[in-house]
Amino acid sequence: MTDQMIAPAAPGSLDSGDVAGYLKTKFPDAVKDDTRQGYSGVVIDRNRLVEVAESIKNELGYNYLSSATAVDYLGIEDSMEMVYHAYRTSGGGPLVFKAQTPRENAEIPSLIDVWPGADFQEREAYDLYGIHFPGHPNQKRILMWEGFEGHPMRKDWKEAYYEQELKPFDSRWPKGYARRAEELNMFGKNVKYPSDLNLSRLTDHSESSLYSGMGLGVDVEPVPDSEGLQTDKLVVNLGPHHPSTHGVFRMVVTLNGETIDQLEPVMGYLHRNHEKIGERNAWNHNMPFTDRLDYISSMSNNLGYAQAVEKLMALGARYTPPTYRAEVIRVLMVELTRIVNHLWAIGFLLNDLGAFFTPSLYGIAEREKVLDFFEAVSGSRMMCNYMRFGGVFKDLPERIRSTANLVNDQVRDFDTMKYLTELINDSLPRAIDEYDRFLTDSEIIKARTQGVGYLPAEMAIAYSAAGPLLRGSGVAYDVRRAEPYSIYPELDFDVAVRYNGDIYDRYLIRLDEMRESVRILKQILPRLEATKGESIFSGNKAIYMPRVPIGESYGRVENPKGELGYYTVSQGDPKGPQNPWRYHVRAPSFINLTALGPMCKGQKVADVVAILGSIDIVLGETDR
Amino acid sequence: MYGLGILKGLGVTIRHFFESYIEDIRYAGSKLTPTQKFEKRQGTDAVGIYTVQYPEEKIAVPERFRFVPFLVVEDDDHPDRPGHDWCTSCGICAKVCPPQCIWIVRSEDPVSKRPVPEPEAFFIDIDICMNCGFCAEFCPFDAIKMDHDYELADYDRTGTHIYDKEKLSKPFSFWRKIAPTTAWEEAVDRKSWEHTDVVKAKQKTGAPISVPGGLNDPYQPPIVPKKEEPVAAAPSAAGEAVAEAVPAAAAAPSEEDLAKEERRKKREAALARKAAEKAASEGN
Amino acid sequence: MSSLDLRQLHDTEFPIPDEMNGNVAITSLSKIYNWSRRSSIWPMLFGLACCAIEMIATAAARYDTSRFGMEVMRASPRQSDLMIVSGTVTKKMVVPIVRLYNQMPEPKYVIAMGACASGGGPFKEGYNVVSGIDQYIPVDVYIPGCPPTPQALLHGLISLQKKIDGQSLANMDDVPWYGVGPSDPVPVPILGPDIIDPRQMELIRQQAAAAANGQAYGIRELPAAAMDVAAKKVAKAGAAGAVAAATATAVVDEATLAARLERRMEALSRKRALASKN
Repeated sequence: MTDQMIAPAAPGSLDSGDVAGYLKTKFPDAVKDDTRQGYSGVVIDRNRLVEVAESIKNELGYNYLSSATAVDYLGIEDSMEMVYHAYRTSGGGPLVFKAQTPRENAEIPSLIDVWPGADFQEREAYDLYGIHFPGHPNQKRILMWEGFEGHPMRKDWKEAYYEQELKPFDSRWPKGYARRAEELNMFGKNVKYPSDLNLSRLTDHSESSLYSGMGLGVDVEPVPDSEGLQTDKLVVNLGPHHPSTHGVFRMVVTLNGETIDQLEPVMGYLHRNHEKIGERNAWNHNMPFTDRLDYISSMSNNLGYAQAVEKLMALGARYTPPTYRAEVIRVLMVELTRIVNHLWAIGFLLNDLGAFFTPSLYGIAEREKVLDFFEAVSGSRMMCNYMRFGGVFKDLPERIRSTANLVNDQVRDFDTMKYLTELINDSLPRAIDEYDRFLTDSEIIKARTQGVGYLPAEMAIAYSAAGPLLRGSGVAYDVRRAEPYSIYPELDFDVAVRYNGDIYDRYLIRLDEMRESVRILKQILPRLEATKGESIFSGNKAIYMPRVPIGESYGRVENPKGELGYYTVSQGDPKGPQNPWRYHVRAPSFINLTALGPMCKGQKVADVVAILGSIDIVLGETDR
Repeated sequence: MYGLGILKGLGVTIRHFFESYIEDIRYAGSKLTPTQKFEKRQGTDAVGIYTVQYPEEKIAVPERFRFVPFLVVEDDDHPDRPGHDWCTSCGICAKVCPPQCIWIVRSEDPVSKRPVPEPEAFFIDIDICMNCGFCAEFCPFDAIKMDHDYELADYDRTGTHIYDKEKLSKPFSFWRKIAPTTAWEEAVDRKSWEHTDVVKAKQKTGAPISVPGGLNDPYQPPIVPKKEEPVAAAPSAAGEAVAEAVPAAAAAPSEEDLAKEERRKKREAALARKAAEKAASEGN
Repeated sequence: MSSLDLRQLHDTEFPIPDEMNGNVAITSLSKIYNWSRRSSIWPMLFGLACCAIEMIATAAARYDTSRFGMEVMRASPRQSDLMIVSGTVTKKMVVPIVRLYNQMPEPKYVIAMGACASGGGPFKEGYNVVSGIDQYIPVDVYIPGCPPTPQALLHGLISLQKKIDGQSLANMDDVPWYGVGPSDPVPVPILGPDIIDPRQMELIRQQAAAAANGQAYGIRELPAAAMDVAAKKVAKAGAAGAVAAATATAVVDEATLAARLERRMEALSRKRALASKN
């Protein structure tokens, strides 16, 4: 662990155990241990939260706020709480701290002044839980539209097609007469129209606050420029249907000529209620749903969730960690995913720069080969649903083979290990080099990207940026090294880091990371051979509805897009509930967007899409 | 220098254009079948254009591929229970289905009102199904499997997209055809090609059970190495193969053993087939 | 014929005599017309969710939609013929989708790609998810799958081509864009307290009035409807239709019992016959 290498003198080098003690002695009446079963960290009096948070950041050195999320303990404690996970960028474990508030008039002071990265996460908590954050400059809905009735993640809020509190639903078996929810429930029995709703004078307010927040009464406002000439500020909407926004993302930009004055990301166009559904689901049910978060790298999402739940399971008595072969296969899949994702990301960054589809074609061609492998192993090209708690779905098949089923089917039959070896030793490095050769020295790319979208290291940390965005700004922070998991400690690889913090470096760092991934994969191959025939599963795989011990866990992995974290809480049934009480996804795409506005300020409007492309977002994860 | 980059780029494009023809020329002399050429073009060492001409040639999906589920029923020519459901309506698939798109109506005995291991009705709403494969993975009877037919595009969904039992049911031989290896592995786990219930019933009466790879195995073993010689190559040495007992199929044999094992299994299968034919002719 | 003003023929209201319906000239014209339309369907460059990635993969080199004349993905709805709704449609997103659809020129087609766009998919139960884009705009082809593979999407596109091939210039229902005047735009949904479809306003009013009177609001109590599917099935099997009236508690009546018993006996006898044969 990195912490132990530093001499224990200053509070900034205390390990996480001592940190709680330090805080308790410094704030004896505001900080106390979280003594609930299976919980860790400290609970902070909400009235002194900002003060303690400043101490945590400045004295103890937890400068990186990874995750901030709300939990509704209706029926257990009848309170809500915000859970924060802070890390040091020098590595090591988290400091978990919480602040509690009653459910009525829920209010917790905003930490945006301490960690600006809390911005979107607090807005999300306000939107979905109705917790107010005094001190937040822009507290309004982020995922749902303005005017939506209620705060849907609260435990007592029921959606329109609400059927039952927890899955599995009773109506499915043994008397499962199929029916469609919308036939049963035309407008939704739980849609709560406010009593003063006048149907004949219904207007759409969802947009109004957006523009009012920009300080503009109308679309156009005259502004005298430096020479006293009257110029106009112009509001331009990019998206949600815009070819360069990587899905249904929307940016509202205020332009002063060509220059961006202000950029406001608007999201929620793909808000699929992942977390609400996740809390209704049983533990197992969530695995295929995680595929659909960052749908380009579903294997990594699987791993993060599996690790979060395994951490919870480890709290119980009967738990066996995944076998070595399972871990090897997991790393194999995850690193292949990283390459696939970066190929895709670079291709579409170039797409955004105006190269249209051509660079993407090269990336997609390689991606298809990896996807063929995924399809043969897990059964699906994209939605792999491959990891399980304690192992993986199935061992690699002997051969990648198919049988003709449809008319004109062309059968293929490869040896799996041979296919993999060729892929890793030959095909993928060739594709990466090809990208490098075509793109890196291109004068157009250099002109468009160097010095554009600059994000300094301090800002990247402050805004909780993660992944290539953070490392492209010179912060060598990689979860695989900072808080190692799986078999990464025994693998030899470097954390790629670049220092200029512009789009060009974010492009280069993706190339670097792909090369590091190939390096890892080359070490994985002999391990795969060595562990051939070993078990891929520990424990009893046949349990289709596992019970998970009470407690909380935060599992995080280094996803291709950045740090992906799952905060899960298991509560309720003392035998170990079948369903998660809280299931939160710390989505790198979502939190990385916090830095988008500051990065774009002062840039030209044509650069906005390039900057967005360099962050590499996926909307399934941003909006969840 | 400006302009050079454009030329370089065009050069790359034209190289890709010609590379596919070079591929064609390279393989023109060789005796590869169209299938083998397809495999080359769709493999890791493909260069040049590699487009799949979809309706004329389709990439066959791998065995583990999962699309909409289907229900396994016995073959129509099954000796004991033709067309009988493998599903026992235990409801595990409905419980483990993440979006809850499976509806099962359990049968009841008309007289005693006790549940009968056979679904009265079975529905899957394919507009909800997320093709995750949990139902197939956790089914204790191997009765629900993921289909490989993805060509389901439709002009209407209201009447057709809730699949009922009739539409879902496909014979066991179909599953064996689309996924021979997986079906084999499952049969090895069940220790029979038959449904678990049938095996139990047979064990009670002492009737012979068709063990995969064993004496009564009516089917070919699936792990056939690539580019195999025709099946007829198996020598018809009679006696000792019959004397051999059922192998411990679950054990993982080493690679040389595997080839030997396969030859032996094939021989056994051929013998069994022959015996069956003989028996059939005698019966008539 | 001389008395006929030939200009009348251009009038779409011109009555075609029965014996002239399916006329050779029209059919071959239809063929050419449909061939040219189906060979240059320009989809809108418009991805929603996971399925969009498969749509991009389909457009890329391996599956290559340009073989069907579909590679020209237009970013503007004004230039596109086909909207591939590729992914989950959320309530927030359905408003722009309807607007985009209204902006597309006729003839326009819609493909609902994947389970989500067809009927809500796995996210259907969510509070922000629309259960199928066809609740708002008409859909021509549904492609099941989550996500449909590129080949499945291609199959869907070919199905759309077949649909276009089947349309005839002689039939006004097939080519309504030659009707009188522009077609009505789809009313844009309103994002109020929840999403509200203006077309259903009257229904909502009725429901609200019912709620004011203390009746059940917004729910259709559906034990009968729930039984509907089962009943249809039984009717298909040839059993008595009386089962349809079965209540939620599902008291199985005599007819079903008899039918079931009969089935079982039949299976048993078949089994016995087979056994004796062996």
